[in-house]
Amino acid sequence: MTAPAPLIEFRNVSRVYGRGEAEVRALDGVDLTIAEGEFVAIMGPSGSGKSTAMNIIGCLDRPTGGEYLFKNTPVQSLSNDALALLRRHYLGFVFQGFNLLPRTSALENVELPLIYKGVPAAERAARAQEALAKVGLSGRGAHHPSELSGGQQQRVAIARALAGNPAVILADEPTGNLDSHRSEEILILLQDLNAREGITIVMVTHEPDIAAYARRLVIFTDGRITRDEPVAWNQAAAAEAPI
Amino acid sequence: MIFQAIRLALRSILRNKLRSFLTILGVVIGVAAVIAMVTVGQGSSAQVSASVESLGSNMLVIRPGQRGFGPPSAGVPIRRFSLRDADAVATLPVAAAVAPIANATATLVAGNANVSTSITGTNEQYPTVANWTVALGRNLTPAEVRAGAPVCILGQTVRQKLFGAADPVGQAVRVKTISCQVVGVLAPKGAGSFGQDQDDLVLMPIRLVQRRLNGDDDVNGIQVTLSPGVGSQEGIRAIQALMRERRHIGLGEDDDFSVTDMKEVASMLNSVNSVLSGLLSSVAAVSLLVGGIGIMNIMLVSVTERTREIGIRLAIGASSRQVLTQFLVEAVVLSLFGGVIGIFVGLALAWGAGVFMSIPFTPDPLVILLAFVFSAVVGVIFGFFPARRAARMDPIEALRHQ
Repeated sequence: MTAPAPLIEFRNVSRVYGRGEAEVRALDGVDLTIAEGEFVAIMGPSGSGKSTAMNIIGCLDRPTGGEYLFKNTPVQSLSNDALALLRRHYLGFVFQGFNLLPRTSALENVELPLIYKGVPAAERAARAQEALAKVGLSGRGAHHPSELSGGQQQRVAIARALAGNPAVILADEPTGNLDSHRSEEILILLQDLNAREGITIVMVTHEPDIAAYARRLVIFTDGRITRDEPVAWNQAAAAEAPI
Repeated sequence: MIFQAIRLALRSILRNKLRSFLTILGVVIGVAAVIAMVTVGQGSSAQVSASVESLGSNMLVIRPGQRGFGPPSAGVPIRRFSLRDADAVATLPVAAAVAPIANATATLVAGNANVSTSITGTNEQYPTVANWTVALGRNLTPAEVRAGAPVCILGQTVRQKLFGAADPVGQAVRVKTISCQVVGVLAPKGAGSFGQDQDDLVLMPIRLVQRRLNGDDDVNGIQVTLSPGVGSQEGIRAIQALMRERRHIGLGEDDDFSVTDMKEVASMLNSVNSVLSGLLSSVAAVSLLVGGIGIMNIMLVSVTERTREIGIRLAIGASSRQVLTQFLVEAVVLSLFGGVIGIFVGLALAWGAGVFMSIPFTPDPLVILLAFVFSAVVGVIFGFFPARRAARMDPIEALRHQ
């Protein structure tokens, strides 16, 4: 088996906020390569640079030094509109606070990225339904976020990320607002998407037992990667987990 | 995308019905005021033009005293005209027709009905000079005018009140002690430039009015139709020269009478009219500006409130242009709502004012279209700054906003 193509490639990336005395080096010369189909957990104490790294991976921010290649494209030189296009076509976001639009039905929330892709209305609804079905929420499309439990809301958010057919799902503390039972459901769902759909997943967390659902663990300390290793005790292999 | 943006805008506007309504109130008031002003202004100038026509073309009015309008200045005695003055004017080549006027107010009685009206004592030339048509019966005859015979011609309003739809020709009406025979009825003219009822009048031979109603031989005014091809300035100069001579006014002394071109009066009325409605419209336009600022204010609030939503949309792949479009469309839709409501309110106001002031209701489609376009423009101008603020947000900051 040949090595899978690199999807995300950091070459000596740094991200500096402020200037002079007030300068903060959030990332300080980071090299990181994530290949297609990986499930990577990023851990580290607060202020270690893991969120900054996520923002750069997610094309929400640009490095101030070094190179970030996404699908072999150097991102740091792209315009804001080009970054928006990258996000629209290749990236899906899952946030700790779910970040669904309030007073908007689950189906319409899931349709959102398809609207920006210019998918016609009928196809949009069909694809959104399909995405909801993948996260086990078929039939809940008409519900508003306030009528759904936290776990269900996070599933809607995952369905929204899925609807655009992304290459990567970036999950920032996806279980931070959920109890352990709901957390496990969400993590198994992510594992399943990784295994069955081949979607690359990058997840930030600060809990080791959450990180244990991934296959690779990257630990940030003070803006540098201090550990990068495969996860030895993968909790529940998605292939075996019936959903 | 635009369709989607309009749907989103409608949803967000309807979500805060009261707030949206208060936001557009400024635009509603501005547009309504402009529409009402312009419509009423156009109605009244249409009416003035119509009454210029009905006054008779090429007509001059000679009155005793200086200047045509207002009370005579104290101390200057007014020297009335006499019938001989009118006869003298009639000999001028510039005059095609001359009608002396003696006014009186009296109550007419016919059977059980009575009506108080203004009586115009004049001669047989009056219908020609003042552009009246005798619809029923006949005009006064020169013999009746010379003799001051007890005959009269009724205006439509008087005829309606005394006889209803019946034919009054040959019937008798009583005015004070005179029994008068109705010989004719005038065709209706409708309302005049000041909204007065022009058809509320009765014509009688001038000597009859002078002797039997007024008890003097004064002539209140003389109306003159100029001969074809004579300009009004030329006519005025000829009449002034004649009257100064007849009244022995020396060189350097002011006229103690006035000669007025009725068309000039009408065009002056018209220009006063348009200046007034222009002034009021610009005041109304200021209210549109204030309405636009109101929209900008609420859109800024809305953008701040929805910072997180903007962050989500940006993260999901919306370009800043799409976010800009969304908020711009929302401002324009909001403003157009205000414009459309304002157009209806303005038309209703103009219609009501027209009924109240008896002015014709003439809505102008062009003005309505302009108001519509203008309110859209207000939305674009005042929505742009808030929309740009939304579009320029940093997605990371926006997502962190709570």
